[in-house]
Amino acid sequence: MRDKNGISRRNFLKGLGAGSAAMLLPARDVAAAPKSGEELCTLLDLSKCIACGECVSACREVNESKFPEPKKPYPEMYPTSRVKVEDWSERRDVDDHLTPYNWLYIQSAEVDFGGQTHEINIPRRCLHCRNAPCANLCPWGAAGKQKNGIVRINEDVCLGGAKCRTVCPWHIPQRQTGVGLYLRLMPGFAGNGVMYKCDRCYNLINQGELPACIEACPEDVQTIGPRSEIVAKAHELAKKNNWFIYGEEENGGTNTIYLSPVPFELLNEVVDKGIGRPGFSAVEDSMADEEKLAYAVGIAPFAGIAAGVIKAGKFLASAGGRKND
Amino acid sequence: MTNPLFTRIFKLNIFIMALTGVAQMPIFKRYYIADIPGLGWLNDFYLTNKIHYIFGTVLLFMTLYLLTVFALGGKQYFKLTSSGMLRAVLYLIVIATGALRVVKNLHSVTFDPFTVMVIDWTHLGFAMLLGVAAMFAFFKGRKPYLEGLPGFRR
Repeated sequence: MRDKNGISRRNFLKGLGAGSAAMLLPARDVAAAPKSGEELCTLLDLSKCIACGECVSACREVNESKFPEPKKPYPEMYPTSRVKVEDWSERRDVDDHLTPYNWLYIQSAEVDFGGQTHEINIPRRCLHCRNAPCANLCPWGAAGKQKNGIVRINEDVCLGGAKCRTVCPWHIPQRQTGVGLYLRLMPGFAGNGVMYKCDRCYNLINQGELPACIEACPEDVQTIGPRSEIVAKAHELAKKNNWFIYGEEENGGTNTIYLSPVPFELLNEVVDKGIGRPGFSAVEDSMADEEKLAYAVGIAPFAGIAAGVIKAGKFLASAGGRKND
Repeated sequence: MTNPLFTRIFKLNIFIMALTGVAQMPIFKRYYIADIPGLGWLNDFYLTNKIHYIFGTVLLFMTLYLLTVFALGGKQYFKLTSSGMLRAVLYLIVIATGALRVVKNLHSVTFDPFTVMVIDWTHLGFAMLLGVAAMFAFFKGRKPYLEGLPGFRR
């Protein structure tokens, strides 16, 4: 792909180093891999989205090789009354919510606000939380957050327990039964497949390219770049247009910032919510309590050493006294 | 070196750590254990994680207390049994990897995913080994950690 000036975007992005330069560039050309070490963040300007679905198609096309290819029949999983097969392999075309084969979909809503009716279209996918509970609480180390802010599930390691979906405030990851490591361990008694979600086209980003959904968008809905710059841009646009921001503070901060001409509380009331259909409710930092408890964890060893020194002193004194006696 | 109350608190602490640690895996719901009246909380991953943190704090305090007492005074009078040494080493690995998990969960800290996986697997694997070692010690009558001298409480 070549820009009007004849410079390929790929080479252009590769040559782009300093994050500070990114703000000077058109929205689509904001640096993909900041060398500053700052996390990558996306900005979604919902006033631009026309629900054309190009991003959804591009996501499917580019990530097809990552989609699960389960082999049937699936092993019996016990207890059968509790453990259910989640099989989307025969419904790969579903694109009205998140599935293991559809990591991005478009929500649409009509909202009356400011004396007019707004039709809002919203690309929905993983928000890539800054302190992602899916990555923090996965007991198996399958979900992890990269230093560039991308939260990924390792499909070679995931056992499909779906804890990540439970602890995610938006319940984003979706499960496919019949694939993954659990088949080689105890398929009847532990695990149930692999969890799938947006990985922000990490492989493309590693090559200095844009994620497929950003690259394909004809309306330049999305911008990607270093978080501080994306947040600054979001605030600038919000102030200029009296718009609303979602994702900056939610769940302790995410690396996906939505900008909307209508309040997100109103959007949350009207969008379809359910399995694979996240809402826009206010979300407190899921890991806030753990953050506070970490202080106690940090202090405990020193308190233990101090108490031990006192006890050892008394112990030695009494032992020495007995010896003298 | 310690009194019976300390030992009881330590055992209770380990029981709760083991229970809330196992609860981090999505198995209590699967196997209907969380359906037992009064045990529904075992299926709340956030709650069990916080309890794990709180009792982990107590465990860190007690472990460092014991280590300090042993290093400064006890080792002149006591010697670890081989069973005790094995379990002590396993405890230290589980505690160290647990502490690393607390660090990696901090908002300001990001370990690369492979490191996190190694930490998680080590924590889980050595916790299971510790459980096996503790059962072995219990059923084989090798419970004492110390070869104590007469006149000193273990």
